[in-house]
Amino acid sequence: MNKPLRRIAIFCGLLIMALMIRDNWLQYVRADELNAHKYNRRVQIERFAHERGNIITADGQPMTASKETSGSDYKFKRTWNNGTLWSPVTGYNSQAFDSSQLENIEDKILSGNDDRLFFDRTLSMFTGEKKQGGNVVTTLNSAAQKAAFEGLGDKKGAVAAIDPRTGAILALASTPSYDPSVFAGNTKADSDARQKLLQDKDKPMLNRALRETYPPGSTFKVVTASAALENGLYSSIDEPTRSPLPYTLPQSTTPLKNEGSIPCENANLKVALQWSCNTVFGKISDDLGNEKMIKEANKFGFNDEVFTPVRADASVYPKDNRPQNAMAGIGQASNRATPLQMAMVAAAVANDGKLMKPYMVDQLQAPNLDVLSKTQPEKMSQPLSAANAQKVQALMENVVTDGTGKKGAIDGVTVGGKTGTAQHGLNNSEKPYAWFISYAKTDQGSPVAVAVVVEDGDANRDDITGGGLAAPIAKAVMKAVLKK
Amino acid sequence: MSVVTNTTTIGAIDAPSRRNTELALLVFAVAIPVFAYANVGLAMTDKLPSGMLGYGLGLGLLAGVSHLVVRKFAPYADPLLLPLATLLNGLGLVLIWRLDQSPRLIQRAKGLFGAFHPDAPKQLLYTALGIALFIAVLMLLKDHRILQRYTYISMAAALFLLILPMFFPAVNGAKIWISIPGLGTIQPGEFAKIIIAVFFSGYLMVKRDALALASRRFMGLYLPRGRDLGPILVVWGISILILVFETDLGTSLLFFGLFVVMLYVATERTSWIVFGLLMSAAGAVAVASFEPHVQSRVNAWLDPFACYKTDKTGACEQIGQAIMSFGSGGTLGTGLGQGNSDLIGFAANADFILSTVGEELGLAGMMAILLIYGLIVERGVRTALAARDPFGKLLAIGLSGAFALQVFVVAGGVMGLIPLTGMTMPFLAQGGSSVIANWALIGILIRISDTARRPAPAPAPSPDAEMTQVVRP
Repeated sequence: MNKPLRRIAIFCGLLIMALMIRDNWLQYVRADELNAHKYNRRVQIERFAHERGNIITADGQPMTASKETSGSDYKFKRTWNNGTLWSPVTGYNSQAFDSSQLENIEDKILSGNDDRLFFDRTLSMFTGEKKQGGNVVTTLNSAAQKAAFEGLGDKKGAVAAIDPRTGAILALASTPSYDPSVFAGNTKADSDARQKLLQDKDKPMLNRALRETYPPGSTFKVVTASAALENGLYSSIDEPTRSPLPYTLPQSTTPLKNEGSIPCENANLKVALQWSCNTVFGKISDDLGNEKMIKEANKFGFNDEVFTPVRADASVYPKDNRPQNAMAGIGQASNRATPLQMAMVAAAVANDGKLMKPYMVDQLQAPNLDVLSKTQPEKMSQPLSAANAQKVQALMENVVTDGTGKKGAIDGVTVGGKTGTAQHGLNNSEKPYAWFISYAKTDQGSPVAVAVVVEDGDANRDDITGGGLAAPIAKAVMKAVLKK
Repeated sequence: MSVVTNTTTIGAIDAPSRRNTELALLVFAVAIPVFAYANVGLAMTDKLPSGMLGYGLGLGLLAGVSHLVVRKFAPYADPLLLPLATLLNGLGLVLIWRLDQSPRLIQRAKGLFGAFHPDAPKQLLYTALGIALFIAVLMLLKDHRILQRYTYISMAAALFLLILPMFFPAVNGAKIWISIPGLGTIQPGEFAKIIIAVFFSGYLMVKRDALALASRRFMGLYLPRGRDLGPILVVWGISILILVFETDLGTSLLFFGLFVVMLYVATERTSWIVFGLLMSAAGAVAVASFEPHVQSRVNAWLDPFACYKTDKTGACEQIGQAIMSFGSGGTLGTGLGQGNSDLIGFAANADFILSTVGEELGLAGMMAILLIYGLIVERGVRTALAARDPFGKLLAIGLSGAFALQVFVVAGGVMGLIPLTGMTMPFLAQGGSSVIANWALIGILIRISDTARRPAPAPAPSPDAEMTQVVRP
C-alpha cells in the first residue's frame, strides 16, 4: 500500500504548495495593487489615522487644524480656522469626499506618508513618537487675504494678488465662498451640507480666482499697449497713434464705440489708456494682427494652464478673424482671462517686463519643522523689455493719478492700474463685470500686483465700473501688503 | 533480520522514543504564542496584557499534561504532532483574543446583537475540552485496531451526524450546524470527518481485493465491475445530497475527496481517481447550476470585487475584503494588533482568521502557518507509511488526507483560490466543534504512530520473508 501512500503524500504537498503560490501571488505580486485598491478602506483609514499637518500662511498662521473624532474608522478630521476665508487656497479634505487643491496635491506630506518623511518615520518607530503629518507653508499673506475677502464682502467676485518680484501668491479670494469643515466628516449631515453647496446656484465651491475665466475688458488694453511697444508700432507713449474717430471695425460696418465723448481721435498711448479709448486699442490690435497679438498674450501666460501647484484654468486669447481680433484687443469678443492671469499681467509690467511663475507653496516641512523642500522663484517669460515695461508703467501710473483709476491711489505710494468694465452675454444684455488690475511700487521694486473682478448682478448697471467697484478692493489689498 | 527490515516499514526497529524532543518543541510551542500575546497587548494598548500570566500558564499546563500522558500511554508516538497542534492552537487563541480587542468588531456586535461577548475565554475552554478528549483517546484507545470492530456502527453514526444539520435552520446560508438550546451550536461535520474515516478504513480493508482485482482493463484504466461501483456511487450520492440540502461545498468536497483518496490507497488503482474527479466535477457543476447559495459563492470567487460595483452598502464584501486584507499585509505584515483585518466583520475570527494572519504577520507568517499545517499532514502520512497493519495505514492516511483537504478548502477559499466554503481552519479558527474534533484526530494519529514506531514485539519474520530467504552453503 506504500506506493499510493507516497503518491498521496505528493498530492498533499501539491495542495499546500498551491496555497503557498496563491499566497505569494496575493501578498507579494499583487500586494501594492491590493493595498491601494479603490475599495480598500485601509487607504482612507490610514489617511485619517494620524494628526494631519497644517497649511500655514507666510506669516505663520495656520489656516487649518486637525481634530480627533470618535465613532468611526477615521480617527482625525480636518478643521479650518476660518474656512470660508481660506477654502480658495486649501481646497477641502473630507473623510467621505476626498480632497481638492493643496489638500489633495500635498496630501502625502500632510498625511505623513511622503517618502521624504521616511527617515522621520523610521526614527519615530524607535522613539515611540506618534506618526504625524508635515506642514505646507504657503506664500499667502493673511492680512492681504482678509482685505481681499472683506473687500469683496457679499458681492460675487475674486481677487488674486502676486508679489511681482518672485511670483509668490499673496492673496487668493473668491466669493461667495464655503467652509470646507461642514463636510469634512463622513456623516449624513456632512453629505447633506455638501449637496447643498453643490446645488447652490451661486456656486460657492467654484474657485473664481483660478478656475473661472471672465472677459478681461479694458484691463486687457495693458497687454495691447505692450504688444504695440514690443512690436515697434510706436516708439514712444507720447507718439500719436494715428487712429480715427469714429472707428469702424475692419471688414464690417459696425462702429467701435467709446464710453462717452472722450478725447480719443489720434490720441497718444498715454491719453488713450488714461481715458480707456476702445477705438485706439481696437485699431492697434487690428494693425498688429491676430498672430502678433496671440504671441504677446501668450508671453503674458495666456492660452496655457498655470500650476501654482493648484491648477489655474488657461486664459484664452483666441485665433480669430479681423473684426473679432480688433474686439479681442480691448478685452472683448472671445478673449477670456482668470483673475490670476490679469494679476500676472500687472505683475509682469511692475517687475520691469519679467514675468515670474506664480506659486503658492513656499516650503514643505517635516513634523519637526525641518524643511523638506523650498520653492525657488522661477522666471516664466519676458513679455516686455525693461525699457518698454517702464513705458507701460508710466501709462498705468497715469491712469491712477489722472484717469479712470483714481480710486486705486494710495497716499505716498506709486500705484499703477487699469480699470475694466467687461460686457458679456448676448448683445451685452447681462450685467457687466467690473475689473481693476494694479501694482504698487516702493524703492525695493514692486511688492504687490493685484487683479480684482466683481460680477455684481445686483448693482445698477451704470455703477458697475472697474474704478467704482473693484479699485477700492485692490487698494485695500495693496495697503495690507505694504502695511500702510 | 536485515531482510525483514528491508521489506517492512521505515524506522520500525529500535526507534528512539523522542519524548524529550517533543518536550523541547513544546516549550517553543507554548513560548511563541505567549510572546505573540504580549505583542498584541503592547501594540494595541501599550502595555502587557493583564491575562498574560494566566494564559501562559494555562496553555503551558495543557501542553504539559498532554505531554505526560503521551509519555505514559504512547511513548513511541511521533514527536512533532503534539507541539505543532499546540502551537497552532495557541496562536489561534492569540488571534481570537486580538480580534476580541477590535473596537470595530465590538461595535459591530453591539449593533447587530445588542451585546458583545469575547470569544477567547470560550475558545480556551474548548481547547481544554479538546485536550481532555485527546487524553481520553490516548488513555482509552490502547490500540487503534479496536476501532475496526465498530466499522458499521461508525457508518451509521457518521451518516446520522451528516444528515442531522438538515433538520436545523441554515446559519448564514449553510446548513452545517445543529443548535442545542442552552449548549450552543455544534458543527457535526467536524466529528463525522473522523468517524467516517474509521468506517472507510474498516470497509476498504475488507473489500480492497475485490475492488482492486475484479476489473477489466480498458484504455489503460482498470474499470471496476458494475457491482463494485456501488459503494463509490453511494458515497458520491450522499456528498451530492449534502451539497444540495446543506448547501455546503466544503463538507461535500471533503467527504468525497476523503473516500477517493482512501479508495485509491486501498486498491492502488488510478482509475478510481479518474472516476472520482469526473464524478465530483459533474456533481459540483450540476448543483452549482441551480443552487443559488453555491452560485453566489462561485460568482464571488470569479470576481471578488463585483459586488462592490452593484452593492454600495458592502454587504457581500467578505471575499474581497479578505483578499485586500492579504494584499495589505505584504511581505512582513503590519504586526500583530496593528492591521485592519477586522474590516471583514463577519466571521473575522472564524472562517476568515487566516486573513488576520496574512495582514498582521504578512507573507512570512502565512508561509510559516501553511508549513506547520503541511508538517502535520506530512507526519500523518509518515505514520501511515510506518503503520504495520492495513487498517492503521488507511485510517492514518484518511485522517491526514481529510486534514490536508480541509486546510486546502478553507485556506484556498479565503485566499480566493477556490470558491469559499463554510469550514474553519483546524486549531486556528474560533469554534468549539472544530478544535475538539481536531484534538481527537491528533490523538488517533499519535496512537497509530505509537503503534507503528514501537519496536517490533518479537522478531516474527513474515512468511513472505521466509520463502525468499537465500540459503547459503
